[in-house]
Amino acid sequence: MIRDDNEAILAQAASWRDAGQSVALAHVIATWGSAPRPVGSLMAISASGAMAGSVSGGCVEGAVVMEAGKVLSDGEPRFLSFGISNEMAWEVGLACGGKLEVYVEPIQ
Amino acid sequence: MKARIFDALRAALADRRPVALVTDLGSGLQTLVDLDGRQMGDVALEDEFLPQVLDAIRENRSGIVEFYEGRFFINVHPPANRLLIVGAVHLAQALAPAARLAGLDVTVIDPRAAFATPERFPDTVLVTDWPDEALAALRPDARTAVVALTHDPKFDDPALTAALSTDAFYVGVLGGRKNQAARLERLRGQGVSEAQLARIHGPVGLDIGAVTPAEIAISILADIILALRGAKWKA
Repeated sequence: MIRDDNEAILAQAASWRDAGQSVALAHVIATWGSAPRPVGSLMAISASGAMAGSVSGGCVEGAVVMEAGKVLSDGEPRFLSFGISNEMAWEVGLACGGKLEVYVEPIQ
Repeated sequence: MKARIFDALRAALADRRPVALVTDLGSGLQTLVDLDGRQMGDVALEDEFLPQVLDAIRENRSGIVEFYEGRFFINVHPPANRLLIVGAVHLAQALAPAARLAGLDVTVIDPRAAFATPERFPDTVLVTDWPDEALAALRPDARTAVVALTHDPKFDDPALTAALSTDAFYVGVLGGRKNQAARLERLRGQGVSEAQLARIHGPVGLDIGAVTPAEIAISILADIILALRGAKWKA
């Protein structure tokens, strides 16, 4: 697949599902400052931890994959906030100083 | 996201229909909405809320909106932008995959069967009609770029005339400055207006001193992206 847009990310999600894997979808729902990926950006995460697309420049994807694992095990969507000034709720932050909020849901 | 909403979203993208996925951030319930206001999903949107969603689709504006007590995330999924390449030439073999990488849907048009072959253009939609007929059928819209790369007025001129009669956001043609001047004269003679002629990017591409087909492909793509997005940091 030589494309990197939402259509291609959803196609990857579909092929994981066709292969019998459960898949979570992360949406960038809000950004502040110099967040690298705009609102509406998607990232798909398979049950085995593979990912397609991105929600940042690579800074927080690891944490999103971990949370996606929880979303897939209990079926409950989650909100994730990343940024340097959010009381260190997360140990990962954005070196660029941006902030973002991500919504992760299972495809079921 | 329910599997049937996921499938409907993918189907809309495949059919090039602009849609919005509306998620109630309180309940997680989702509704897929198209520009005609058709809805499918977990729940029907309130009548007063629907116009906001339709505006968001038209303006390609994703984001969180509040409606009464609720918080909703509207994720607008516009169809991919298109690039129609006239001329299945060597340069097009570099431009097609580069454009796909940038998220453009690529179609290559060339009536010469020896050029427009699947071996030369794997995974690319090929059309072997004459450029004016092909463009009439493909109907370029405001999300479509058209570039003519054949170096042959027999193909390039009708392609340009056809493209200029549409809302294509980018119309470009390969050729040096001397060729461009001669081309403008010919098109003027065919009654193309000055305003239309001013839309032509010729020589096509951003001037980065490109020499090889791959480099020229990147310069063309850079110019198309500039037309699409506008410059961010103006000098």
